[in-house]
Amino acid sequence: MFETLAKSLPQLLEGLQTTLGLTILSLILGTLLGILLAAIRVYGRFPLPYLVMIYERVFRGIPLIVIFFLIYFGLSLQLGIGLDAFTAAIFGLGLRSAAYQAQIFRSAINSIPEGQMIAAKSLGMSKLESIQYIIIPQMLRLSIPGWSNEFTIVLKDTSIAFSIGVIEIMRQGRYIYVRNPDLTLYVLLLIGLIYFILVFSANKGLSYLEKKYKISGFEIGTER
Amino acid sequence: MYMLEVKDVHKSYGNLEVLKGISFSMKKEDTKVIIGTSGTGKSTLLRCINQLDSPDKGEIWLDGEEITKPDIDINRIRQKIGFVFQEFNLFNHLTALRNVSIGLEKVKGIPKEEAQKRAIKELKRVGLKNQAKQYPAQLSGGQKQRVGIARALAMDPTIILFDEPTSALDPELIGDVLDVMKSLAGEVAMLVVTHEMGFARNVADEIIFMEGGIIVESGPPKKMFQNPKKARTKEFLGRISTLYGKD
Repeated sequence: MFETLAKSLPQLLEGLQTTLGLTILSLILGTLLGILLAAIRVYGRFPLPYLVMIYERVFRGIPLIVIFFLIYFGLSLQLGIGLDAFTAAIFGLGLRSAAYQAQIFRSAINSIPEGQMIAAKSLGMSKLESIQYIIIPQMLRLSIPGWSNEFTIVLKDTSIAFSIGVIEIMRQGRYIYVRNPDLTLYVLLLIGLIYFILVFSANKGLSYLEKKYKISGFEIGTER
Repeated sequence: MYMLEVKDVHKSYGNLEVLKGISFSMKKEDTKVIIGTSGTGKSTLLRCINQLDSPDKGEIWLDGEEITKPDIDINRIRQKIGFVFQEFNLFNHLTALRNVSIGLEKVKGIPKEEAQKRAIKELKRVGLKNQAKQYPAQLSGGQKQRVGIARALAMDPTIILFDEPTSALDPELIGDVLDVMKSLAGEVAMLVVTHEMGFARNVADEIIFMEGGIIVESGPPKKMFQNPKKARTKEFLGRISTLYGKD
């Protein structure tokens, strides 16, 4: 039995690659868009902040599986936009994550003292330059704890891409236990373990980053 | 010709009129000190001069250019007006050196190495060459404020505005900051809001006494301290001298 399990391991690892690819690409999309949305929410001119707010509400208010189905079966297949399942999953995860990340970044921006912006402007920086050189670097450092939480959520939620046929680790697992039904429990346990190890190491890695890039004297979550 | 001219500046926040027509002028390399009780619009006046707040009425001229015109490139003007804040407002994520050099790099477009060379020079000028690599949180209040002054100086401004630069400092740290400011007198124009009467008396070319959004009286320190025209000036200076010492 364990022999069959061992033999199926390469297949799981292949699925793992897709899972990781999906995680990284969705996070890139989610983070870039999230920073942009947060900056618009805080500094944008009417009506932009309101449009962003509506975006956030919508994407935080719909289950991920509905977002996936809307993008893949609705937009891609019915309307013929022509995204494959993997790309549709990246958009689904990325667009939803952006809505959550915008909240993380916005609260980080709001915790930066107002004087930072005023001082940047007094040097002759434009608003955009002040945001780029003074606000965003501080915002990123302050966002690491919240962002690592979002990272693990995205990583785990890639498994929902199973539902639109992305062949990630869950789908590969399913292929294995459909062929060998008496392995079902072990395959699922193994998948669970793989997710756990990934999430665990990601958290470790990110808390290392948090320490490394802390703003001296402005640490958050230091040992008290 | 005047370097800075403030003409009949008014500023209100909602129904509260903070500045009710302020006019004065400064020559190149003048040092002027603005005194007055809290809430009389001293800080608002400074913020209007570098347009962090825009005046509702009136004109401000710098180097023969009206900077209150709506179509002016304010970012270009602000490079010529240094600002030193009561709360320092150093960039928390940057070392003392980068705090001073970032304006040169990002605003003036000077290459990084050259900008840092100039930043070191400015840090030396305020006596903080050895603190170049430290972050704001690792500096004392007095050191922070001197970095703030170096940051303003690095941009090679025509005038530096000081908004109560020593009010947030422990008494024993005030001296260092005032010494640096004294050393700048005559090299760059300074407009200083402060309660430090010693500084006003010894360094200022003119003292401006503000109250209720207007200039009550202004003149050279000697005249203001020994022979003020208005009774209110005399009363205020008498009270503040008891509080902050005569020198």
